[in-house]
Amino acid sequence: MKNELTLFDNPKNVKRFLLLFYSCLLALLIIDPFIHKHGEFAWEDVPEFYAAYGFVSCVLLIFIARILRWWVKRDENYYG
Amino acid sequence: MDLALLITRFPPALLFIGGALLIPFFKGKSKSGFMLALPVLAFFCLANTPDGSYWAFQVLDCNLILGRVDALSRAFGYIFCLVTFVGVIFALNIDDDIQFCAAFIYAGGALGVSFAGDVFSLYIFWEVMAVASTFLILARRTRASQAAAMRYILVHIFGGLCLLAGIILYVQRTGTTEFGLIQLAGIDSYLIFVGIAVNAAIPPLHPWLSDAYPEATVAGAVFLSAFTTKSAVYLMARMFPGTELLIWLGAVMTAIPIFYAVLENDIRRVLAYSLINQVGFMMCGIGIGTALAINGTVSHAFCHILYKALLFMAAGSVLHVTGKIRCTDLGGLYKTMPLTCLFCIVGAASISAFPLFSGFVSKSMIISAAAHNKLVIVWLILQFASAGVFHHAGIKVPFFMFFGHDSGIRAKEPPLNMLIAMGIGAGLCVFLGVYPYPLYAILPYPVDYIPYTGAHVVGQLQLLMFGALAFCLLILSGFYPAEMRAINLDTDWFYRKLSLRFYRFSDKTLNKMNQACETIFAQKLPDSLAEWAKNGAARTLVILLLPVWKAMNLSAERQTQLSNHIDTLLRNGAVSIGISVAGVAILLSGLYFFH
Repeated sequence: MKNELTLFDNPKNVKRFLLLFYSCLLALLIIDPFIHKHGEFAWEDVPEFYAAYGFVSCVLLIFIARILRWWVKRDENYYG
Repeated sequence: MDLALLITRFPPALLFIGGALLIPFFKGKSKSGFMLALPVLAFFCLANTPDGSYWAFQVLDCNLILGRVDALSRAFGYIFCLVTFVGVIFALNIDDDIQFCAAFIYAGGALGVSFAGDVFSLYIFWEVMAVASTFLILARRTRASQAAAMRYILVHIFGGLCLLAGIILYVQRTGTTEFGLIQLAGIDSYLIFVGIAVNAAIPPLHPWLSDAYPEATVAGAVFLSAFTTKSAVYLMARMFPGTELLIWLGAVMTAIPIFYAVLENDIRRVLAYSLINQVGFMMCGIGIGTALAINGTVSHAFCHILYKALLFMAAGSVLHVTGKIRCTDLGGLYKTMPLTCLFCIVGAASISAFPLFSGFVSKSMIISAAAHNKLVIVWLILQFASAGVFHHAGIKVPFFMFFGHDSGIRAKEPPLNMLIAMGIGAGLCVFLGVYPYPLYAILPYPVDYIPYTGAHVVGQLQLLMFGALAFCLLILSGFYPAEMRAINLDTDWFYRKLSLRFYRFSDKTLNKMNQACETIFAQKLPDSLAEWAKNGAARTLVILLLPVWKAMNLSAERQTQLSNHIDTLLRNGAVSIGISVAGVAILLSGLYFFH
């Protein structure tokens, strides 16, 4: 089809996108210690707390989801 | 009389329901115009109605109040009108009056629930919603949708009956049909709570939602995502604010569905699970019950209706143009559907609560309220769920539909009206994210909350972006659960499978018992009784005389002769009076002796 976008067909663009993404992550890590914090909980003021919590949460999520799949997965026609 | 005053004479709910009945009489552009005018008119009607009690009338001994207008009901009224307007634009290219009528009656029911000031009109509108919404599922006209619709209505009938039972007991106890704050105390309040919890999809009463919504029509799912759960949120906020149970139910509700959403293959089912997750935040806010938490709940409901409708519109558009909706069948659609992709990403960013998108300014109020109240575990669960929601709704939905592997599908953008509807939805998501003050102005309590602080923005961005990093690394390492054609068991297993097994068990055991009873009591017992009535006396006499005959050393032949003789005598009633009297005397003396 004409007028088709092919942005991510080019591996270079995918690399550029990932580079941009990693740069954002790095920037967030660098900025964090300079931000004035006033969290309700003491750990909110620990540098990079949210980054660690976000990462660990998502890994944990996938880990538990895999266990859950083993338990609850059934054939598509299970209910007939 | 000016126009504003005139239209306030019509309750918005009746405007919608009455309007729905007229829709089939319109054709072409006039039909579109009429349908678009209804939510606009209802919106202005509301905007021009000051707080107070309206549209009250007496039916039998009951005071029906159709218009309890205050800040809480008004906020829900506005968003219901708004989403109806957007939903109708999205559906304009569909030529199916059933869907339009059902959608308007359904929306009217939701408005009726929001403004009901008494329990009876509340119940009527509640059931109107249940019935009308079922048609949005049935209208898909597939076998799966019909089965899902049947399960959907059965679950809602159960919820409705709980509510009705609670209402009757409530009226008995309080002596009034009006309602406001009802706290969890007494059987009536628990029944009402369960009735509302069914519609709010609180676990374990939630699976009807992920079962039915993905089977609805393309436009039907947009309406469904807006009304049933959010009118339940409204009622919970009205009746049970500050109920501690709701904090924990809400926290569980935010966490459990995200695991299912990660595994799910059907995109609209992923969205259904994320809907439950988002309503969990609202339940938590209602449970906390402080001014900040209730403000957070109402604003989150408002924003959620918009971005969830947007996501269902984007997924519906893909289903509309490709006929497919499973992750395994889709991918690479950004190439030919860039606008739909963009709108979907806006919806995904909003539900993920990215700064500058609507979820950020509303969800954070609830999480802050949990922090203010020092609810440590709840706060940790909510943050976990926030990261998780970005994972499945924020990344997974756009990624597997529009990017991921190239499915080879080269579908065009959906029709213009669908794009416009998504454009309006996306525009509102960004507008509220950037400038939330019009939303804050309609909340029930004065807002003293600043979402955009450095710490909050950076903290939220870190949470989301490092969640995204985990997604990237897990996808690249192959640890991310692969998309596959399968279903995942949920608590609906109990009524879809266990109840079937119970039915079969009952069929086998109870029917066997029934058959046995029929054989014993209907056939054998009457025969035996008849036999006994005929021969019982002779046999008893022979049994009693046998020891005597044996003592007299009578031969077996003689004994047979005598017993035949006795049988003949008794059968023919030829026993002499003397013997009969002697028998009766022996019987009576025996009875007297054993007395």
